[in-house]
Amino acid sequence: MPLNELPIEVKPLAGAMPAFRASVPAAELRSVCEQARARKARLVALWGSDETGRAAGYAVHVALAFPSGLLWLTVPLPRDDPGYPGIADIYPGANRMQRATADLLGIAPSAEADRRNWLRHGAWAESSFPLRKDFDTATHPTREGDRYAFVTVAGEGVHEIPVGPVHAGTIEPGHFRFSIVGEKILRLEERLGYKHKGIEKRFEAMSLEEGARLAGRVSGDSTVAYAWAYAMALEGATGTAPPTRALALRGVLLELERIANHLGDLGYLGNDASLSFGFFQFWRLKEDLLRTNARLFGHRYLMDAIVPGGVAMDLPHAGAELLAERIEAIRREVVTLKSIYDEHAGAQDRFIMTGQVLPQLAERMGLTGLAGRASGIAHDLRIDHPIPPWQQLDPRMASHTRGDVAARVSVRFEEVFESMRLIEALVEQLPPGEIRAPVAAAKAGARGIGWVEGWRGEVLIALDLAGAGRIHRLHPHDPSWQNWPLLEHAVHGNIVPDFPLINKSFNLSYSGQDL
Amino acid sequence: MYQLLKQIAKTGIVTEPAPHPDPELRAIEQRLGEAILKHFGRSLAIRHVDAGSCNGCELEIHALNSPYTNPEKLGIKFVASPRHADLLLVTGPVSRNMEVALKRTWEATPDPKLVVAIGDCGCTGGIFGESYASCGRVSNVIPVDVVVPGCPPTPTAIMQGILTAISPGQRR
Repeated sequence: MPLNELPIEVKPLAGAMPAFRASVPAAELRSVCEQARARKARLVALWGSDETGRAAGYAVHVALAFPSGLLWLTVPLPRDDPGYPGIADIYPGANRMQRATADLLGIAPSAEADRRNWLRHGAWAESSFPLRKDFDTATHPTREGDRYAFVTVAGEGVHEIPVGPVHAGTIEPGHFRFSIVGEKILRLEERLGYKHKGIEKRFEAMSLEEGARLAGRVSGDSTVAYAWAYAMALEGATGTAPPTRALALRGVLLELERIANHLGDLGYLGNDASLSFGFFQFWRLKEDLLRTNARLFGHRYLMDAIVPGGVAMDLPHAGAELLAERIEAIRREVVTLKSIYDEHAGAQDRFIMTGQVLPQLAERMGLTGLAGRASGIAHDLRIDHPIPPWQQLDPRMASHTRGDVAARVSVRFEEVFESMRLIEALVEQLPPGEIRAPVAAAKAGARGIGWVEGWRGEVLIALDLAGAGRIHRLHPHDPSWQNWPLLEHAVHGNIVPDFPLINKSFNLSYSGQDL
Repeated sequence: MYQLLKQIAKTGIVTEPAPHPDPELRAIEQRLGEAILKHFGRSLAIRHVDAGSCNGCELEIHALNSPYTNPEKLGIKFVASPRHADLLLVTGPVSRNMEVALKRTWEATPDPKLVVAIGDCGCTGGIFGESYASCGRVSNVIPVDVVVPGCPPTPTAIMQGILTAISPGQRR
């Protein structure tokens, strides 16, 4: 069948979200991407795979979001020279994804592309590729020097501030290289990959059940979104239909995760603007919510609550009532705190016009998720593709165009209130029935897509099964990949002391992009 | 301002009692003498190092600073540099890309110092294990005094680990 938006032949991919597959030769990749870009398709992910065990070479994969669904493009590459034309000039977000693919698989874009290493810091040799099937996992890695070529800024009075990987607060590790004049930031260059711990290789050595647990630990703060995406991908690949009650409960879990993270961020955003009152108040409310989670679902962050086929535990009637009660209590307090934030001149002075990403730049660079919605990128998978349980709920999108810290604060407040409404609507009429269906047998070569709007943005899991309940290749993709490069832009012209505030307003995952 | 003060007054003090030390959490015998522990027990500076976690443990370290646990009440505070620290709170399996940074952070921490490894990954390598990219448990890279298992451990469990590290007494 043809795709609505592009003149290429696609095959529908079974699963909860609308998705399609297509194979294109390397020579056509750029023209397909150019046409997709012209039709406003968004780049969701780019990754590679080793197909040498399937009598082929390698492949590079590109996931693009169209109004009609997700297109999973596969570009087969020869075994001897697995090169392809890069697409980072068409989709700037692809730059780091291409470099990671080169580090892990030796699949490099054409010579004019940025070919600096990204995830490989010297812990393994430049000539060995961990995601190749013949990579010897037993060999002890070498410790090569990491001579990363930062871009240097020169001129009178310009100097550098190197920060990290170990930061001053309780934050994940990464390196930030600031080039500054006085207090003003001229340029920021990020160097990530410090947390690379071989997650994708790990999936390939696991059973499908273990894989579900690992998916929930790609980025701990988004454990529900990842667990759902994994379950959705596996259910699609095996033709398993989870019960409607399980889908409603997944919706509840996902919105609880969104509220918990937004409450925590709102607290820290107050704190970073010297309003420590906000930190203590919001973290008290977050703790109340986490304790409710633990009581009702057995885990404060809801880890392993979503399993392939359904959910791990039910929410009885009394639990649903308790949840609605707690949500209402937290809502009343958030209303008060919002009015305190709104009227606090000191906090608003720090928030407004700080760390701005205007819609045009956001669109060009592919900003996504909540940060995207603060910069006029009006996308939310729950609204773009309202599959169950969102279908009847008519979720409302929070959307702003100013793209500053204040806009990202506003989006969080609005989403907290909307998520509370969704949870109340879901628990009020939980469909009766089972909470878990048996997962059907997995066939070698079956593919599935999991695509979920987590609190930070769209989480993607692209799954390709091997035989005997094993994974041939799984790529988990965090929206942080797309958004990290925009942080470099957001800080331009701001002062160094505002960096923590701007960084927190994005609150991106290091673990999710370092893999 | 009135609304803010009203909210503070309405909230009151929500801090809960601190947990007791648990000798079961000790990875090795207490190395520090009573005189040092007496000082640490009244003012302890902690430097957190994420050596490769999934960020789940970081969520609970943040939650540890919530008003419910309120470590500052016990003289425990988080500091911005290892040079100011008495204790390192280390999370994650240690990724190979963080191995050097963790060792340097440990070396930059003045003696006498303590190390508490947080979470299943910090204790054993957890679900990530040892691989081309992961060194596994924290004690594979730097000496560890106390381990706090959990995925992630609760703020109370982390507090218990910290209090165990600065309490006298033998390993059980």
